[in-house]
Amino acid sequence: MKRNVPLAITFIVGAVLIFSVFIPPMENWGEDFTLFFDIIAVFAFFLGGGNLLRVHLTKLSRRKQDWPYSIVTIMGFLLMLAAGLFRIGNPGDINASLTEQGSLFQTIYDSVFVPLGSTMYALLAFFVASASYRAFRAKNREATILLVAAFIILLGRTPLGTIVTGWVPESFSILQIPNLAIWIMNSPNLAGQRAIMIGIGLGVVSMSLRLILGIERTYLGGDDK
Amino acid sequence: MRYILIIFSLILITFSAVIGQVDPVVTDSLAPVPAPPAPVTEVAVSDKANDHGHALIIEWKRSLDDGAGSNAVMLYEIFRSEFPDSAFKMVGSVPLGNERFEDIGTIEKESRDYIPDNTNLYYRVDAVTIDPVVRTSSEVYGPVQSYSNWFHKGRVPVLTAVLIFGALMVYFVSVARKGTELYVRPLAGIAAVDDAIGRATEMGRPILYILGLGTADMISTIASFTILSRVAKQVAEYQTELIVPCYDPIVMTVAQEVVKSSYLDAGHPDNYKEDSVFYITTNQFAYVAAVNGIMLRDLPATNVYMGKFYAESLILAETGAVAGSIQIAGTDEVGQLPFFIVACDYTLIGEELYAASAYLGREPIMLGSLKAQDYAKAAVIVLMILGLLAINVHLNAFIEIFKVVD
Repeated sequence: MKRNVPLAITFIVGAVLIFSVFIPPMENWGEDFTLFFDIIAVFAFFLGGGNLLRVHLTKLSRRKQDWPYSIVTIMGFLLMLAAGLFRIGNPGDINASLTEQGSLFQTIYDSVFVPLGSTMYALLAFFVASASYRAFRAKNREATILLVAAFIILLGRTPLGTIVTGWVPESFSILQIPNLAIWIMNSPNLAGQRAIMIGIGLGVVSMSLRLILGIERTYLGGDDK
Repeated sequence: MRYILIIFSLILITFSAVIGQVDPVVTDSLAPVPAPPAPVTEVAVSDKANDHGHALIIEWKRSLDDGAGSNAVMLYEIFRSEFPDSAFKMVGSVPLGNERFEDIGTIEKESRDYIPDNTNLYYRVDAVTIDPVVRTSSEVYGPVQSYSNWFHKGRVPVLTAVLIFGALMVYFVSVARKGTELYVRPLAGIAAVDDAIGRATEMGRPILYILGLGTADMISTIASFTILSRVAKQVAEYQTELIVPCYDPIVMTVAQEVVKSSYLDAGHPDNYKEDSVFYITTNQFAYVAAVNGIMLRDLPATNVYMGKFYAESLILAETGAVAGSIQIAGTDEVGQLPFFIVACDYTLIGEELYAASAYLGREPIMLGSLKAQDYAKAAVIVLMILGLLAINVHLNAFIEIFKVVD
């Protein structure tokens, strides 16, 4: 029963969604199923919040490793929850928009949350540099090809590429570094990406059929027994 | 003195003109009223094909004054009515140069955009100049009806492909069920999962499993659940610690159930810790900060990234590399693959992510579906080559067979 009901739901919903692609009057059914998912997702946020509190309160009460971080998490969670629920500092009344300028919720969001998020994102620049260093070490033939291609594209996207090969006559314009960079991006790179995309498309169809036909059941938990 | 007077006069005239004190020679009231533009011709309305009804296509020949002359047409306004000579309502407009408009309505009767099916409708197209009053209406076209189609003829190639692929799957699954040994090419990334779990056990460190930023309805997240199930089972057998921080509450709920069942299947239900699968946040970079913190504090022996990843992929994988973890990744996000390939020890590329659960399980039925997938790939390669040849010899009939119309 625990297995059969989810399998039946998966089969019916999957079959309906496949039919809806080919039968125009059923087109809206797919959107309706998406709405069901959205409704469930709203309630799932209570689960998420509850789980967050439970995990960190347990950590705090048992004085587990790094428990002081849990205090910060719980305080932040409760402060934002109170600021949003009670509209603390909101210029309007209790019915005013949560994101109204001047409210405590929006102030914390703008002054703390957004800068912290941007800081994390900014780390990407340094990680790109360190990853590039590792990838472009010409250890073998593949890495050497990668290095050369990357070097051409880097040069091609800067004015230096134009300056260095600007003298190449128009009849050999493909040898100008900016054009070479465009060719690498539009031909070998795009061809490779499309090959992966075709594989992904087939993989998605295969996986979907396995799920609809009940061949793939591990997502229901454990082995099929 | 005379020159000074002339220069002074010129400056005075210029200044007067600039500040607008010089009266215009021609006033607005004397401007000629532009003649109405030439009307659009050959108006034709037809039902939109391959849809659920409530939509029509209006086509016409442009006005002769389209974008030219003093009475240039600037846009075309389309009107609809249920009567041939009255109650016309504007349903849309298109800029000059256009000869087509799709009047797509809704199915809801209460909506303003509702278009009734199987009802006589009449259309006219107005050619409108820059002055909205100056316009010319076309002749009324009608009656015409919209109706629903029961089959999308434009998607016949897709249906054929799905049916062939489905038949291949059924065939290979039945072959596998009969006990025939099926060979599928090995995947280094999958083979590494066992070694990585063994390494974590030897080092006494946890395994970190990241399901990505996808929601539970994404196929890559579902594929990740299946891999998590296998990993959790092995982790339970080796009695290693598993950490699964989640980005989405629904994903967390499913992941908890998957891990719990895997521990049960492995015969170690008591070793399952409820806190091993937990929710962090549904904000991309806050999630990354939390996971990076776990990596640097707990120093997991193995990091497994499977699912949907975006800009956070490199931040996570590089932090894992700094922490000295063995890293295995898999995603169907083409843009993130290079980052994982650079920063991880093994990467499952695209469809390998979906195949991983079958490889891990080695169940004949699952391998049968993989075999079908491999044959489909071979068929695609052959068709691509044939298509390339056909397009070069202008064999358009062959290309038309595969054309999908939305």
